[in-house]
Amino acid sequence: MIDRKEALKAIARFVNDTDIVLPVYSTAFDWIDIRPNPLNYVSHGAMGLASSHALGLALGRPDRRVIVLDGDGSLLMNLGTLVTTAEAAPKNLYHFVMENGTYEANGGHPIPGKGSVSFAGMARSAGHKNVHEFSDLKVFEQQAGAILGDPGPTFTCLKIVSSGEQQRDYSRLHGPHVRQAFRDALGAK
Amino acid sequence: MPASANAAVSRSVAGLSGESIIKEINASGVEFVISVPDITTSEGLLRPLAKGAGPRLIRICKEDEGVAICAGLAFTGKRGVLLIQQTGLLDSINAIRGVAVEYGLPICMMVGLLEKEVGVMPRESKRYGVRIVEPILDAMGIGYHNIEEQSDVAKIRPAIDAAYKASKPTVILIGQRPTA
Repeated sequence: MIDRKEALKAIARFVNDTDIVLPVYSTAFDWIDIRPNPLNYVSHGAMGLASSHALGLALGRPDRRVIVLDGDGSLLMNLGTLVTTAEAAPKNLYHFVMENGTYEANGGHPIPGKGSVSFAGMARSAGHKNVHEFSDLKVFEQQAGAILGDPGPTFTCLKIVSSGEQQRDYSRLHGPHVRQAFRDALGAK
Repeated sequence: MPASANAAVSRSVAGLSGESIIKEINASGVEFVISVPDITTSEGLLRPLAKGAGPRLIRICKEDEGVAICAGLAFTGKRGVLLIQQTGLLDSINAIRGVAVEYGLPICMMVGLLEKEVGVMPRESKRYGVRIVEPILDAMGIGYHNIEEQSDVAKIRPAIDAAYKASKPTVILIGQRPTA
């Protein structure tokens, strides 16, 4: 299993200043400290929808890489996104799922199918051609650059464990200033 | 059952041209239509759009995906229309609440009203699943426009433009099957 912050640091090494990144819930609180940047798109409005926001961003801005840092519980709420994204096939979309088997932000209860569901398998069955799965940090660190360097859409499942207690100030995700900063940074009216 | 449900009065209405609706969508600067099929708009709107009559069609699995896709597009300055059925609207209420209303984003939804009687206003329908739509939108504070006959089509472009100008959601209710 990979410590989540270490996984995110491995991704951050290959994220540039123009990339749009959509982290969710517990991952978001780790990510926005690792990569503080107004192009972090952290307001998703409802659980499960980050990857769908990402598809809209990827279609609207094909000149930018769009990177989703999803949760396993979140993805389970929107499994259709795997099919939709595979069919729309934006070359600039990179979907990572942090699999820890729990609804970490909602009390740490197990997800249905914990330990038996295969997110990589579901992505392949949904039509994704570039699918990866990692449970070893060193192996992931070696391949993260290539994953983000190749054309998408790409789906990557990272088997992770939490990095520990967090200060969860949700205004950092849902406050209107966050969306305004994103809008300004992206340069669209 | 409210008394109004039993008092539905049908009026004679003209037909509705799908081609003219697509023209309005195109004229509104919409570049993407995001859709789950709906029988009301299937032949007059979705099938021509699938054949390339207008914006790029993105087929989705569930309507709340489309709410978020339209949000992402809006942040990039691109316009989208979510073409769905009222059942999908009802299924997506939490996404619409969070993404469209609370974040104040211009999510434009074109909603076919399944089983609505032609010439009967939605609120007066005998169908529970139809007559609850407008009161729910009222409760959510979302503006809507009824497109029931050809003269109503002219409402579409201003509705979309106003949604983007004010950064607010809007719902365009399609009250009868448009012709292809």
